[in-house]
Amino acid sequence: MIALQPDFCDIKMPEVHQYGVEDYASSKARWCSGCGAHTILHSVQKLCEEEQLAPEKTVFVSGIGCSSRFPHYMKTYGFHGLHGRAFPVASGVKFRRPDLNVFVITGDGDCCSIGAGHWVHAIRYNMKMVVLLFDNSIYGLTKKQTSPTSPIGTVSNTHPRGSILPPINPIQATLGLPNVSFVAQTVDWKPAHLQATIKKAYEHPGLSFVRIVQRCPVFMRDTYEPTVKDPDAITVLHHDEGIVLEEDALKKFRHVESHDPSDIVKAREVAELVKETTPIGLFYQNKEASRYDEYGAHNLGISVEDRIEAINSLMDRYAV
Amino acid sequence: MNSTSETIHTKTNRTKRETIKEAVVEIVSDSGEGAQKCGQSLGIISAKMGNGVWTVEIIPAEIQPPARSKEGASGIRVRMGSNKITNMGDHADMVVALNEQVLYGRIDQNAYKPGTYLLIENKWATHTEETQKAYKESLERFTALGYIIHEIPMEQECLKHVSDARKGKNMWVLGLLCNIYDRDLAMAADQIKDIFRKKSEQVIQSNLDLLHAGYAWAEDNLPMHFTIPSRLSEEDFVVMNGNEAISLGVMAAGIELCSMYPITPATSATHGMAETIESAGGIIHQAEDEIAAIGFAIGASYAGKTAVTITSGPGIALKTEFIGLAVMAEIPLVIIDVQRGGPSTGLPTKVEQGDLLSVLYGAAGDAPKIVLAASTIEQCFHYVILARKLAESFRTPVFVLTDANLATGVQPFPRPKIKEEWFTGPIDQSPWKEGVKAYDWDAQTGLSQRPFPGQKGGMYTLTGLAHDEDSHVAYDPAINQRAAESRSRKLAALGQTLKSPVVHGDKTGDLLLVGWGSTRGAIEEAVERAREKGAKVSSLHLHFLSPMEPGLKAIFAKFKKVMTVEINYSDTIGNPLITEENRRYAQLAWYLRAHTLIDIDCFSNVYGQPLSPIQILKMLEKELDLTLTDHT
Repeated sequence: MIALQPDFCDIKMPEVHQYGVEDYASSKARWCSGCGAHTILHSVQKLCEEEQLAPEKTVFVSGIGCSSRFPHYMKTYGFHGLHGRAFPVASGVKFRRPDLNVFVITGDGDCCSIGAGHWVHAIRYNMKMVVLLFDNSIYGLTKKQTSPTSPIGTVSNTHPRGSILPPINPIQATLGLPNVSFVAQTVDWKPAHLQATIKKAYEHPGLSFVRIVQRCPVFMRDTYEPTVKDPDAITVLHHDEGIVLEEDALKKFRHVESHDPSDIVKAREVAELVKETTPIGLFYQNKEASRYDEYGAHNLGISVEDRIEAINSLMDRYAV
Repeated sequence: MNSTSETIHTKTNRTKRETIKEAVVEIVSDSGEGAQKCGQSLGIISAKMGNGVWTVEIIPAEIQPPARSKEGASGIRVRMGSNKITNMGDHADMVVALNEQVLYGRIDQNAYKPGTYLLIENKWATHTEETQKAYKESLERFTALGYIIHEIPMEQECLKHVSDARKGKNMWVLGLLCNIYDRDLAMAADQIKDIFRKKSEQVIQSNLDLLHAGYAWAEDNLPMHFTIPSRLSEEDFVVMNGNEAISLGVMAAGIELCSMYPITPATSATHGMAETIESAGGIIHQAEDEIAAIGFAIGASYAGKTAVTITSGPGIALKTEFIGLAVMAEIPLVIIDVQRGGPSTGLPTKVEQGDLLSVLYGAAGDAPKIVLAASTIEQCFHYVILARKLAESFRTPVFVLTDANLATGVQPFPRPKIKEEWFTGPIDQSPWKEGVKAYDWDAQTGLSQRPFPGQKGGMYTLTGLAHDEDSHVAYDPAINQRAAESRSRKLAALGQTLKSPVVHGDKTGDLLLVGWGSTRGAIEEAVERAREKGAKVSSLHLHFLSPMEPGLKAIFAKFKKVMTVEINYSDTIGNPLITEENRRYAQLAWYLRAHTLIDIDCFSNVYGQPLSPIQILKMLEKELDLTLTDHT
């Protein structure tokens, strides 16, 4: 900010409130110690501060599950609704309120299982909102049941001999949907990448879908610990139009691959190749995809007189 | 064209006409032959002439059911009279059938009586051998049942004007009926011009030709001609069906989002507004499913936009969890349930009042909400406006129950004058009053103001979890009890403002019939007819079902017996295994028994048909041991 001398002139400068990170923090998060959600919460609060989002103009909508407690820890408007139903609620909030910043917080059970139908259609609606999929590959709040993204063979309380079905790959599935406009992946334990991804998602003019691979130290310790510690477990998708990291941050990754996020065919190929390493970065972005929230906002602000006239002219058709 | 119609008018004036008080007419056909369009037009013309009208559609389950089949009957009943008409009436007086097979279903439903005129398309008499045989056999059976048959060369006559008689026969029939019942031909012509307003001049002209041809044919060839006196009102009237009334009501209520998923018989309520709603400040969202439809509406409402979702029973079942959330988190929302036959997929196109208890008690835990039931087409309009207002004032979901009978029934009513106060102003975006909590429950009423996103200082996280006044998750068990009391108290607060219902008939007597919803017209007509024959019977119709209208116990106490009349299931004592002890009651009866501790009986069935006055009269004959009908 440029500092003005108080006596520079007589014109009073409007008081601009500068929000700090603490302005977005509500009650202390009750997630388990070591849970990846804590990092994500801090990143989101940092984004709000960086973007100076007015807390009263910002709505966090979630479903049910560990991650969906998120809105309670933000000092913004929040909607902690039903299991699997964050998408329709968030879409309803945004449809006729283009002035609100909308975030969807969902988990792997919430988004990819009970709410999978809404996930498909929310991608198609492509309303401007940031979707953060907290994917820890397990049902945590209900105490360790197999999730749709649990790796095959995951031992859980519902599958004590190991899970049977191959998991859903949320990136691959999302890239297969019509009107998809932004698909990125990151991990909770690489804060610089996480932060850059969330920022890129916020800037996207449409629905940005971000899968965050997230540690669950209580129920999935054996799955995540080796990954977190293994420098070969991650490949960064690098591109000038993608998630751009500072050189120092980028140097910390052993595997860096170039990927053009405008290429959906290549994006799908990369998404399918999830085998040895987890690719993180921007898979795909299309800023031109059509947006349903623009339709929702197209007729706001019609006067009551005009509304009455429209209704009366329809009523004329029924007049006898 | 003008000269033609003048000629016909001159002729009409020479015809000797029998004056009648009312007539019940049916047009029955295969699906897709335009019978409904014909009947609706007849209804509208009659309403325009100042007659009372009620129409009810006969709808098959499929879009294109097999032709010439009992199940495929598609059509309409029109009851028109000198006075106000409130229901579909008893037996039809006049039936136009485009084939004879479609009549069997109606006969099974006891829709006709000896003396009913059947005007049957005669082309089947010269059709394939098999069809000829069926036609001949049917006519013999119909004659034996006492119906008066006229074989009409509809196809042959229509082919004089159009190359495909299937398209246009309905307007020829309209002309025929206009002649039989002395309907205004100029009004009929206007109606045709309106129906085909999007079609070419040529289409309009050929339909007008058919109308006049049908009219002239009846004049020259039929012996029965009637007139139904009417009086034109000074007041402006509109004529429409219940779903169209809902459409207009939604817009007039200032609703900014109608979120829906297609379901019979509710969807046409959305069709009625589709072309206009965007100019009226609203928008329709066709969601991916029923759950998303209500979720989307709830999201919009949370953000301060007035919202409605329109569905039928199976949709309500799917929406139940969200309804519970709307109650728990106190989100205003209008939910319209156009009821149909259940359970499960049930009878999608047929009437039932089967959702009362599921709407009242369907959600998990205690989920008190406001429930209204429209009993007339006019109320379908006004109740949406009332519901929107109540939803916001009481910060709760409000149900408006209608049913398939109201949805497709057409009735004239005084044209509503749309008022500015029915619309909400812009969303309050002023700073939230400091120190006021998101759920600042008033100790007396349970009511509270809600903050809207955009209001500085009002930030809260709405939750479906038990929560305290700040919308914080309740870890203290006392909060849940207090919150539940507050939500319930809102209903008591609304109940305080309601008036006791008015008894139709004397306030004391042998029997009081209690109804709700679309059965009102039939019940009241039956009561009036029974009272004319000396029966000490009265009726009461409930419109608020939650909270319940006050004073019921005192009203009921003045009658020897109280009985509900409903279109839903109840066990009949005397059927195998059914006793006084295990009998399952009709829904309102069940609810009223709990509410009043009075031993309330019920008369109900699930034939999927609107109740006719005669069905109720026959029940009354048994109940009161009197003779009240001509044909028992």
